Amino acid sequence: MTKPAAPTAEPFTTVIGLEVHVQLQTKTKLFCGCSTTFGAPPNTQVCPVCLGLPGSLPVMNREAFSLAIKAALALECRIAPFTKWDRKNYFYPDLPKGYQISQFDLPFSSDGWLEVVDPKGAFSRKVGVIRVHLEEDAGKSMHDEAAGTADTRIDLNRAGTPLCEIVSQPDLRSPQEARAWLNELKLLLVYLGVSDCNMQEGSLRVDANVNLHIPRPDGSLAKTPIVEIKNMNSFRSVERALAYETARQYDEWQATGAELGTTPKQTRGWDDPAGVTRAQRHKEESSDYRYFPDPDLVPVTVSEEQIAAAKALMGTPPTVLRTTLAEKWKISAYDADVLVNQGRELVGYFEDVATRVGEGKVASNWLQQDVLRTLNERGETIDEFPIRPDALADLIRRVQNGDFDTSRGREIFAEVLTSGRSVADVVASLGIAAVGQDELIALCKELIAANPKIVADVQGGKEQAAAGLIGQAKKKNPNVNPAKVRQMCVDLIKALELPTRTPEA
Amino acid sequence: MQPAELSAVEIVAAIRQGDMTAVQCTEAFLDRAARLDGSINAFLKIDREGALETAAAIDARRKAGKPLGALAGLPVAVKDALCTRDLPTTCASKMLAGFRPPYDADTVARLRAADAVIVGKTNMDEFAMGGSNENSAFGPVKNPWDLSRAPGGSSGGSAACVAADMAPVAIGSDTGGSIRQPAGLCGITGLKPTYGRVSRRGLVAFASSLDQIGPMARSAADCALVLETIAGHDPRDSTSLTAEVPRYSELLEQPLTGLKIGRVAEHYAEGLDPEVRKGVDEAYAVFEAAGATVHDIELPHAKYGVPTYYLIAPCEASSNLARYDGAHYGHRAEPGTGHQAEPAGGHRAESGSSQHFDSPLVEMYCRSRGEGFGPEVKRRIMLGTYALSAGYYDAYYAKALKVRRLIRQDYLDAFAKVDLIGGPVSATPAFKLGEKTGDPLAMYLVDLYTVATNLAGVGGISFPCGFTRGGLPVGFQLQGPALAEPLLLRATDRFQRLTDWHLRRPKQTA
Repeated sequence: MTKPAAPTAEPFTTVIGLEVHVQLQTKTKLFCGCSTTFGAPPNTQVCPVCLGLPGSLPVMNREAFSLAIKAALALECRIAPFTKWDRKNYFYPDLPKGYQISQFDLPFSSDGWLEVVDPKGAFSRKVGVIRVHLEEDAGKSMHDEAAGTADTRIDLNRAGTPLCEIVSQPDLRSPQEARAWLNELKLLLVYLGVSDCNMQEGSLRVDANVNLHIPRPDGSLAKTPIVEIKNMNSFRSVERALAYETARQYDEWQATGAELGTTPKQTRGWDDPAGVTRAQRHKEESSDYRYFPDPDLVPVTVSEEQIAAAKALMGTPPTVLRTTLAEKWKISAYDADVLVNQGRELVGYFEDVATRVGEGKVASNWLQQDVLRTLNERGETIDEFPIRPDALADLIRRVQNGDFDTSRGREIFAEVLTSGRSVADVVASLGIAAVGQDELIALCKELIAANPKIVADVQGGKEQAAAGLIGQAKKKNPNVNPAKVRQMCVDLIKALELPTRTPEA
Repeated sequence: MQPAELSAVEIVAAIRQGDMTAVQCTEAFLDRAARLDGSINAFLKIDREGALETAAAIDARRKAGKPLGALAGLPVAVKDALCTRDLPTTCASKMLAGFRPPYDADTVARLRAADAVIVGKTNMDEFAMGGSNENSAFGPVKNPWDLSRAPGGSSGGSAACVAADMAPVAIGSDTGGSIRQPAGLCGITGLKPTYGRVSRRGLVAFASSLDQIGPMARSAADCALVLETIAGHDPRDSTSLTAEVPRYSELLEQPLTGLKIGRVAEHYAEGLDPEVRKGVDEAYAVFEAAGATVHDIELPHAKYGVPTYYLIAPCEASSNLARYDGAHYGHRAEPGTGHQAEPAGGHRAESGSSQHFDSPLVEMYCRSRGEGFGPEVKRRIMLGTYALSAGYYDAYYAKALKVRRLIRQDYLDAFAKVDLIGGPVSATPAFKLGEKTGDPLAMYLVDLYTVATNLAGVGGISFPCGFTRGGLPVGFQLQGPALAEPLLLRATDRFQRLTDWHLRRPKQTA
């Protein structure tokens, strides 16, 4: 399936692996009953368990576990029949127990993949997923950089929030692929209702590992030291940071010749405003986390029945939906991609409209050209969009009937949007009414009589000259359908040439 | 009626029948504690005011004809390792001096719901690490039978306060013998239930896979009464057992005819005090007289119990105690002013007048923990940190887990042959205060006969089976399969119907 990356001018192969943390969409934390709602005042969503008070004990949130199973299944992972919890020990003020409950050597799932296909055909990449495991989040440290004070404030609202850690194989070959894969991953997790993947609120965090494989003239391969990039706050930052790092590593290799294994793995932070990565201080004593099984928790067993049940409840993933949508509604793969990438709610909206008008293509056009543009302008989601599918379908049907043309339809769309009135209401108030056949013939005859030049042109074989009559027709009656006016005028003019025959109406 | 002369069962009955009020009973014990504890130091906190208030409320409810809990009016002392909402919970550590948890341990909540009267918090080895109660940051507990001797540990305060009749019942916790060993050295009855039988929620963790709360009292019947209240499933402790709680005190009557008790050759190893051996042998004879039979069995991996325990428990402890970092609660060193704390074992580093710290944060951690923890706690944190470190994990922690499984299997095999396993609780009677404090390894061996019970996760009970010529109690231990508490209690109760060792009182505290 995997096609080679688009040929580049670069004299090396970029090797990228991603480590993604997503916050699971549970009401409560992973090991206690505290709320996970974002944005509450600091340290108000805490209890003895997530504060790590003496004597407190964790109890696993079953909902978090089943959401994580859903994510792993969608990533085609193998679900372990037996999994356990481990403690990752380290000291930090936003880690109140002095250890994080995570999964070390027996993650609940492993060995999956997620494919990303560029709709324009630039690349298609099946990326391996090494493992997906569950862990609790730490709190948040806010370093007060004000001169002299250097205080650190700790908010433990986030401490104990369930996180899924997804570790990819180093299968990505360009910053663009990495960004596209992240988009696909996010789309999948949002479709499944596993996470809202909101990067601003920290529900999705990405670290990237990158190095270069550079062919030497003798045919051997030079591999640059692997760098882990942190502190990227958007998928765009990920792409930019990787592009920067790729260039930096090539320059450094040319300057120093440093290769993998000769220097320890480096961590670099992305400085977004400056557009550079900077070396971060090496963690003291590297990282001996002294993982061991958490004796406060019992191992979790997962049966085949539970896996089957989770699969049954999973819904259609985006990859499948793209194909079925294109086939069912006879729209292009590109159109299906655009619609599906907007999320499950928009696809639902589209299918509702398409069903009502009985056609996919026209509904897809209206959604892509009008609805999506409006959503972008208004910063709304499809659920908040005031024109509901029945109203949009009503409007499209009237255009299809020839009641008015598409541009008139757009005016009505805009008016419905701002006024909040129904399509019928707006049509009536704008005086838009279907123009009868007799009325149309009378109008066209009037125009022909007043425009001998155009009549002559049409008679001379330039049928397109009839278009010059449309503007005048709209001035006389804004409700006329331009296509009908044009056709009627041409027909009438042609009938003039053959006075012995009556015009074929 | 002298409340201090009554058993817990009798006290509850007397209050229920109106022969005595809860206030009278509570006051009598509090008065004894006020008189005696100055020399024993069993309590870290005596809550006279709170206890009398609770007792008065119970009396008022009784007077008004309202329903009362199963332990209505019974004074109970609680080990300071259990969280109490309205009382300091320190684990006898400077680290938690003055710490008041915002919640009650499950056991404390169940005691309160049963209308027990919590009279105070008892002294212990710091964070339950120790076998003599000399590791308390607030001074050692003295053995009521001989004030120059240790009461055992870590639940030494709970054992001593029952032995001196300062409370009819106390709650202890047992990670490697911390209920049974002090009960044995203080001449009382102490039960370590099956792991998970009593919720650990609110018990300040030492070693989570080994910790278990249990009752300490004069007799098996009193332990049964208390266990009925504190045992049971707790959905907020993932390791708590769901099995239903039997009415232990109603299951004591059945005779021991046909009961098979195992005798372990390894228990008679070198170092067993002859007077202890004599008491143990006489106890087997009592059981035989009661209709039981004694069978020689083997626990081949028992000899690895102590080293296995001293890897697993410190490993878990090193992680459990990481939370005491001075950042959120507990002791925090003053920035920059605290002098370098002495390293464990009292050896001051040659150069060490000033130490380099990576950052103010690391300095705060090091100083807070250096000042807050005592030497034994530091020793075990270091042992555990070392054993969990990269490169050592497989050789130490992982190996210890394998041996633990073998020990557990030993017990399963043994319980296929016998119903209970007998033996000594500890190799010697109560030792002198200071006798072993200079030798940590000698101190670790006081757990020789008790640690395997915790490693196997089964239950054990200890009770007095005689006295030395010098007047010190000798303890006998019975161990049973998982959830065999009814049998452990019934066998001990039968023993106590045939003997009166458990009724003897120390002269010093009469």
